[in-house]
Amino acid sequence: MNGLTSTDTASRASACPERLRSLLERGLPLTERPWLTLAEQCGMSEGEVLAWVERWQREGLIKRLGLVVRHHALGMRANAMVVWDLPDDSVAEVGRQLAAEPAVTLCYRRPRRLPVWPYNLFCMIHGARRERVLEALDAIVGRHGLQHIPHRVLFSLKAYKQCGGRYAREDQP
Amino acid sequence: MAALDSLDRRLIDAFQRELPLCERPFAAMAERLGASEAQVIERLQRLQHDQVLSRVGPVFDHARAGASLLAAVAVPEAERDRVAAAINRSPGVNHNYLREHDFNLWFVMTAADEQQLEARLEALEEELGYAVLRLPMVAAYHIDLGFPIPWDELETP
Repeated sequence: MNGLTSTDTASRASACPERLRSLLERGLPLTERPWLTLAEQCGMSEGEVLAWVERWQREGLIKRLGLVVRHHALGMRANAMVVWDLPDDSVAEVGRQLAAEPAVTLCYRRPRRLPVWPYNLFCMIHGARRERVLEALDAIVGRHGLQHIPHRVLFSLKAYKQCGGRYAREDQP
Repeated sequence: MAALDSLDRRLIDAFQRELPLCERPFAAMAERLGASEAQVIERLQRLQHDQVLSRVGPVFDHARAGASLLAAVAVPEAERDRVAAAINRSPGVNHNYLREHDFNLWFVMTAADEQQLEARLEALEEELGYAVLRLPMVAAYHIDLGFPIPWDELETP
């Protein structure tokens, strides 16, 4: 009986952080004590919730904590994914250079999928208008000597869906 | 675009990152902005309602928070909206954009782990009848700091 009780307690305790993460992916409740509301929903104290979030920030699971802006709703209509076909031995160096550019918001290396997809570096440039994004790209190409690197600009024409990621297992149907 | 006043803009400029981690974060934010806690909460509620904000909270590191990848499908224009709707219904899909390329539908598929992710992609391919290009992240070079909003450019169309 004691054994059962302690197993039960242990499994509930380990489920708590997962439940908290799942709730956090939907955003904070906009109330005076948001962490307390979350704490009540996942069976923790407010202090425990704050400690978990602090720990996830320190460990890098949480990249940032704050207002998540939908750029399109603000009028940032131009959103370009720029893809580059770089030699394998320079992709990391160029990736770091592009990531340091203020206009570049995301920069990832991804595998080529030949023959249909030769590009191995992806970066995002957001702007109020298409011309401003292309100007920013021209400047970047010039600064880093990328004139001879094959690249394509894929502007977005429509967002069919735009929302935060849902990873926690509890959210899965 | 929703009309945003100076307080809205200062909120967005100051708190895309480093939301105060304390019992009453909105009171701490209000103090820094010279506003009241009730004002900050009301503004955040309105910005979220108007879909200027998708949420207030953490951005998790995709690579550490589970499995995810960028995927693309090349679809004829006549089929596009139907296929996009099917992708949207698929579990784990968050972003889904139409882009200017033969590979015209681009989406992010997420799952709790790699095995579930691949199962979801295979199920989707079967439903769509199109091959899905799988482009997992190999390395990330940026640091996500939020994004400075060029308010001036937005005001002069």
